[in-house]
Amino acid sequence: MQRLRRTMMFVPGNNPAMMQDAFLYGPDSIMLDLEDSVTMAEKDAARLLVHNALKTIDYGNTEMVVRINPLNTPYGKKDIEAVVKAGVDVIRMPKTETADEVREVEAEIEKVEKELGCLGRTQIMAAIESTLGVVNAYEIAIASKRMMGIALGAEDYCANLKTQRSPEGNELLLARQTIVVAARAAGIDALDTVYSNLNDMETFRKEVELIKQLGFDGKSIINPRQIEIVNEVFAPKQKDIEKATAIIAAIKEAEKRGSGVIAVNGKMVDRPVVIRAQRTINLAIASGILKEEDIL
Amino acid sequence: MNINNAAAGTLESGDILVQILPPDSKGLKIELDSTVAYQFGDQIKKVIEETLSNLGISDALVKATDKGALDCTIRARVTAAVVRATGKDVWKD
Amino acid sequence: MSNIKERKAMVETVAQKMGKSVFNENVAPKVTTPRMEYQKESSKVVSLQDAIRLSGLKDGMTISFHHHFRGGDKVVNMVVDELAKMGFKNLHVAASSLQDVHKPLIEHIKNGVITKISTSGLRGELANEISKGLMDEPVVFRSHGGRGSAIATGELHIDVAFLGAPSSDPLGNACGYSRSENAKSICGSLGYALPDAQYADKVVIITDDLVAYPNTPNSISERNVDFVVVVDSVGDSSKIASGAIRDTKNPRDILLAQLAAKVIINSGYFKDGFSIQTGSGGASLAAVKFIKDEMIKQNIKASFALGGITSHMVQLHQEGLIERLIDVQSFDKVAAESIKTDPMHKEVSANEYASADECGSATHYLDMVILSALEVDVNFNVNVLVGSDGIIRGAIGGHPDTAADSALSIIVCPLLRGRIPCVVDEVTTLITPGSSIDVVVTEYGIAVNPRRPEIAQRLKEAGLKIVDIKELKEKADKMIGKAAPLPFKDKVVGVVMNRDGSVLDVIKNIG
Repeated sequence: MQRLRRTMMFVPGNNPAMMQDAFLYGPDSIMLDLEDSVTMAEKDAARLLVHNALKTIDYGNTEMVVRINPLNTPYGKKDIEAVVKAGVDVIRMPKTETADEVREVEAEIEKVEKELGCLGRTQIMAAIESTLGVVNAYEIAIASKRMMGIALGAEDYCANLKTQRSPEGNELLLARQTIVVAARAAGIDALDTVYSNLNDMETFRKEVELIKQLGFDGKSIINPRQIEIVNEVFAPKQKDIEKATAIIAAIKEAEKRGSGVIAVNGKMVDRPVVIRAQRTINLAIASGILKEEDIL
Repeated sequence: MNINNAAAGTLESGDILVQILPPDSKGLKIELDSTVAYQFGDQIKKVIEETLSNLGISDALVKATDKGALDCTIRARVTAAVVRATGKDVWKD
Repeated sequence: MSNIKERKAMVETVAQKMGKSVFNENVAPKVTTPRMEYQKESSKVVSLQDAIRLSGLKDGMTISFHHHFRGGDKVVNMVVDELAKMGFKNLHVAASSLQDVHKPLIEHIKNGVITKISTSGLRGELANEISKGLMDEPVVFRSHGGRGSAIATGELHIDVAFLGAPSSDPLGNACGYSRSENAKSICGSLGYALPDAQYADKVVIITDDLVAYPNTPNSISERNVDFVVVVDSVGDSSKIASGAIRDTKNPRDILLAQLAAKVIINSGYFKDGFSIQTGSGGASLAAVKFIKDEMIKQNIKASFALGGITSHMVQLHQEGLIERLIDVQSFDKVAAESIKTDPMHKEVSANEYASADECGSATHYLDMVILSALEVDVNFNVNVLVGSDGIIRGAIGGHPDTAADSALSIIVCPLLRGRIPCVVDEVTTLITPGSSIDVVVTEYGIAVNPRRPEIAQRLKEAGLKIVDIKELKEKADKMIGKAAPLPFKDKVVGVVMNRDGSVLDVIKNIG
């Protein structure tokens, strides 16, 4: 089953209590942060905390992501060593502008993985937070076979654009569409930026509806209270589920007959439709609308 | 190993504040103040000792104020305090 | 027809035969004073010292108090200080509960004024000292229903009850709010004080707002009141009831609340006309919000909400989602104001609320209750009284009463509080037997008592994660390690009474 990334929840890397509890709220991914949420004086301590937490805490099926500091700071290299040694699933690069930066991070990851004898284990995702990054989005997305996704970081990007975020988000439209197109062209996931006003859940919901319509796989979030809204928006509609269930049943039927031809109601079903049906089923299961046994 | 005064951690719930000071005598001395002293005091001291010994620290005075930290947090905070006290990191430069 | 004078001889003969006297119209001459003057006075109104003296209180007797003023209470300390000054010794304090604010009792225990305590709970420094062995005689702990029942049966005999009231008239018609402009405090329901008022030999009302007769509608009737004492203040109103209890923002509480609400909604008892009780903890209150959404969605209304009433329940009632509120304790000012103005929001005495042996107890008609816990063990036994450090830090409250009587009892507690496990092998102190607990909701999964397989089945079908309670305990052990046993010593400092009057457990001293 392909991994869903509807919600990637930010957790400050120097807060043990939050790191312990984060997975309980059911985000698809948890992003432990060593970058912006950690002061310079605490970079060393947060790195050790994240390392030990990843090694010890049972996060179940949650995908574990760590946002490292850039390699051009004194912290980036050590961050990579610490989290790769702890078996992190994904390293999230902040403020990525070029494909070279991805390749540098990949080289550092490889060094540590070779030492551990687990070459290729760690995936990379890049946050694009500048105009240059948006221009280079596709190059970044295909810079490494480890790339699993690209994400928009809107705060720095807006500053770079010389504007501010608005509730409608017109200023982000180009960046969002560029990132989705680049990710789809590269065959990886696209994740949207955070929305920080926890007192305005209505605007948050509208933003989630917008980015879902644009094609994003999910959204970066900062609080467990945002999870339910994202999941609701991403939950497939009953009509789509019925269609998808019929298609999956047809696939099973075809397998049984040993035939490669999949048909529903006498109509042939194309490959992209099958993929979309599978994603609909995955979302329906993740949203609790369907149970695993319902589609057996 | 030369040890300077150093500390790591916080007094937030679920965390532990670990202070390392140069020893006044040989061996490890651990002063622990914990919200779960009855049930986990010995376990916490054991984790502190093991972490120090893995880092090659055999003589030190440790003052720890625990707010219900898990073992992995205790290990992280002790290690960070040692790194700061000795100036020697556990990661490559 | 003869006139009365002519019948006089016959009247006398008959009266003599009946052993009665003959009517004399000069015995009770008509009083013509304007009654307004009488409305403001009565021979019952005396000083605290006189009330104590006139009550006939003697060394070794039992005095009682209620805890409706919570952390703001001034009555207990005021009365016991006075008793100490007057030289009383060996008194038994039978309070419905005691709080942090009652720390001064420590001195009165040390100097022998108080030698025995019965209560539902203890907190703060007083609890700390008692846990360490301050008293020779163990504290007797009872649930609210258990206390009501013990008072009614005479097992807990009260010689003098000192009952604080936000308003009273000179005859003792008292209630938990005031309609006068001099009102100083408001606590709403006086439910825990009502058994005392009804059954104590002498009842002293202590009020900071003496109003003119008749102070109706009244909670406590003049018929039960012997003395009325007027004081400057019965309590710190900001600590008695302030505003509405605020909603939690703690994500873990919200998660627990969502799970608890899902349990309720899918339990099979969530039907039109159901009844419910929730606590005042963050998760409990947040659950009300989720339940409300579903009530609207499914067009389901509750017949009543019971117990400690909060602004949340009042709101549901006002929106027509809950028909009646049965209130033993108003948890915030909104609830206290509501009981004052809304006849469908009714005060209930502790024994009519939760007595096991009172057939009309409201708890007997309760479908579901959400309760908290300090600890639950693998046999579903619950402790809400003694901390996992062995120190008394809570109150039994209505926990065992509502758990036993309701059709479905739901415990909501985090698996871990910091490094303190809430699901354990064996509870530190047994307060509510596992036989009356049905569901335990934690953030790591929901455990259903094996006695209720049908509930487990319904919750599973609703897609909830049902786990064996032993798995929860093992999960906790895995995360925090095995806790060392507490260093209890051999002196019994507390006895836990079951609600039927049997002895459930003992608490030993520690430290």
